[in-house]
Amino acid sequence: MNLALAPEIMARWQFGITTVYHFLFVPLTISLAAVTAGLETAWVRTGKEKHLHATKFWGKLFLINIALGVVTGIVQEFQFGMNWSDYSRFVGDVFGAPLAFEALIAFFLESTFIGLWIFGWDKLPKRIHCACIWMVSIGTVLSSYFILAANSWMQHPVGYAVDKATGRARLTDVLAVLTQHTTLVQAWHTLSASFLTGAAFVVGIAAFHLWRARRNRTGPGMRTAVMRTSLRLGLTLAVVAGTATALSGDSLGQLMFEQQPMKMAAAEALWDTRAPAPFSVFAVGDVSRGRNDVAVEVPGVLSFLAHHDFTGSVPGINDTARQEAARFGGKPEDYVPGIFMTFWGFRLMIGFGMVSCAAGAAGLWLTRTRLRLDPNLRTAPDEVPRLMLTRRRELGPRLTRWAWRTGTLTMGFPLIANSFGWIFTEMGRQPWAVYGLLKTEDAVSPGVSTTSAVISLTVFTLLYAALAAVEIRLLARYAKAGPQTDGASDPAAGPAAGPASDPARALTY
Amino acid sequence: MQLHDLWFVLIAFLWTGYFFLEGFDFGIGILTGLLARTPHERGVLLATIGPVWDGNEVWMLTAVGATFAAFPDWYATFCSGFYLPVLAVLVCLIVRGVALEYRHKREDERWRRTCDRCVFWTSLVCSALWGLIFANMVRGVPIGADGNVTGTPLDLLHPYALLGALATPCLFTLHGALFAALKTKGVVRDRARAKVRPLAYLTTTVAGAFLFWTQVHNGRQIYGLIVLGVAVVALVATVGQSAAHRDGRAFALSAAAVAATVAVLFLSLFPDVMPSSTDPAWSLTVAGAAASPYALKILTWVAAFMTPVVLAYQTWTYWVFRKRVG
Repeated sequence: MNLALAPEIMARWQFGITTVYHFLFVPLTISLAAVTAGLETAWVRTGKEKHLHATKFWGKLFLINIALGVVTGIVQEFQFGMNWSDYSRFVGDVFGAPLAFEALIAFFLESTFIGLWIFGWDKLPKRIHCACIWMVSIGTVLSSYFILAANSWMQHPVGYAVDKATGRARLTDVLAVLTQHTTLVQAWHTLSASFLTGAAFVVGIAAFHLWRARRNRTGPGMRTAVMRTSLRLGLTLAVVAGTATALSGDSLGQLMFEQQPMKMAAAEALWDTRAPAPFSVFAVGDVSRGRNDVAVEVPGVLSFLAHHDFTGSVPGINDTARQEAARFGGKPEDYVPGIFMTFWGFRLMIGFGMVSCAAGAAGLWLTRTRLRLDPNLRTAPDEVPRLMLTRRRELGPRLTRWAWRTGTLTMGFPLIANSFGWIFTEMGRQPWAVYGLLKTEDAVSPGVSTTSAVISLTVFTLLYAALAAVEIRLLARYAKAGPQTDGASDPAAGPAAGPASDPARALTY
Repeated sequence: MQLHDLWFVLIAFLWTGYFFLEGFDFGIGILTGLLARTPHERGVLLATIGPVWDGNEVWMLTAVGATFAAFPDWYATFCSGFYLPVLAVLVCLIVRGVALEYRHKREDERWRRTCDRCVFWTSLVCSALWGLIFANMVRGVPIGADGNVTGTPLDLLHPYALLGALATPCLFTLHGALFAALKTKGVVRDRARAKVRPLAYLTTTVAGAFLFWTQVHNGRQIYGLIVLGVAVVALVATVGQSAAHRDGRAFALSAAAVAATVAVLFLSLFPDVMPSSTDPAWSLTVAGAAASPYALKILTWVAAFMTPVVLAYQTWTYWVFRKRVG
């Protein structure tokens, strides 16, 4: 490691750690807010008890999750100025606006209405209470939209001019920043991936409960009804959101072939320009020589991804690097991002995401209630569904066990896909902080000492690790306890104190 | 008045809103350690801010976001120049937020005690840090020609800034006690009211001295002195109003004192946003640190449209939860 680069490297590690960590909570928050809102709406409209229990159960998990989403988000508001002050000075005119909009329009909405929702169960009329969680949900979506507009501007700057006197970017067209194609496609891709994340989470927990109920031969009951409804909702959402993620990912990929050819060439470890270009399934590369030693390829598919045509030419890493060096100065190798992370990040993103979607589709078929199912084998809405392969054929005991387990084991897959998606797209943009305008090495804070940077990196890493431990234990506790359908006090809570012991608690639920 | 002056005022307004709102919820946090004796009483105190603390905190996030958008240089110098204190603020806010949200998630005495301790210490430390940061910002830090702060973090710990770090927790604790008197009933309310007199005198002394020092050293406008007077009178007057059981008026007075304190600080900044102690020529000024007129115009439209909406629904929240807790 070059010590002269230390502040930049530390600032990048800190940004990576805090942002990837923050983004574990964001997609769950976005999707669980909407799921909770949908379930509460179902309760308000149908009056069915199972919908109320489902609302409270998923709402509780949503609250545990959003608490960390909110507090880790505060860091993001400061971190550009702390570690990237030259970046902030350079882009503030453009980049600050969506951040200010996010705070004023989205954060206030989320944080105010979530307080009303948590504490308003016995203070607000049903419909208004339900409207509150919708406001939170709208807030989360708006928030992601503004921040993605800001990020898209870093990927593909538009609506700005560089001021000749100061050498800084100046906003010239705010609508271009908020509505450029990159922003829209990225928002579409990120939101659908968020819903896939929530769907897998819901499916995982519901599958856990249903399999436990079946193993223990629990008879039909409210809890099973709640979990069965949740499972079907989650599976449907996984298929719909998974498909949307794939389609929007395809559009985003095409856009990136056009706007950041280097990122896509790196994603494929495509060293030389080729027509038609193959899709790489597996590659072992030699970065110093600019070629792959081992490559397993499917011919023509990359051309299809880039142009929807199996023969088109796709620019390779070596040619693109030469072009960028000619345009911006410096050596070609300065313009090549980390191939290992981009190549594998891209594959892990797609792999984990698509497995979740496929698992959703399989689950939707296996747990179907009517379609192509012998009427004698149908199960009641408050029973654990039989996993039906064909009209009359149920999965065998061993496969049934693994099918239910798969549902639970794959619940974290989209989280992995999301993280690698961001790692891929942000590392694939390197060496640029703002593509074509500002390099990452010119973006760091010159005034921050290495000591300060080391302190903050250490503090955040330790604090976030501790919080993860607390959060996961709490989530697991509530998730395992399941919905409180018997009206008794929480089993997640100890026997020591009843709800009367604490006034704030009585208000919580 | 030019747009960047308007945005200076708006940012001062956002900080006023933040210190007014989170001021009392920091105060409540500090009071859980000072006047609550049982977990139940701590629960009563925290229940007064349960539904609103998160919304209160967004005032600060908006102030920072607006600073980034309207004064990129101010934001960049502020966050990188006060690196370690800002880091400490972030740690406090993270721990505090998690403790407030997770406190009720387990019926376990030890868990709850840990959460309560976290709320107390982070409220106290965070209040002090804001005093420290704002005092340094007003006094001036060694800003170089490139807008970056030189020197070490230890330079931030001088008597004036330390007095500031003492003044804000006092002010917020008083503000919180008056809020508790307004929002609770029974023994917690009685004890909160009993604390008002000593807290008010302590705050008048400490915050008064801090503001006076500010005005003498950095005061650029004579209005500063008038506003300072308002702050002191309001602080002293809380005692009488509280003794007369006029909880609403007493709280309004401490709110006025908080607003006047922020006003004194921002009045002594203008027309700078971050004065340089190395060379006045290198100070960041309102005009020099501002974003382009176009960006400011867009921000103004959005703020003009959204601020009333936000104020309306936040006020409604306080109306929904207007009942006393006890």
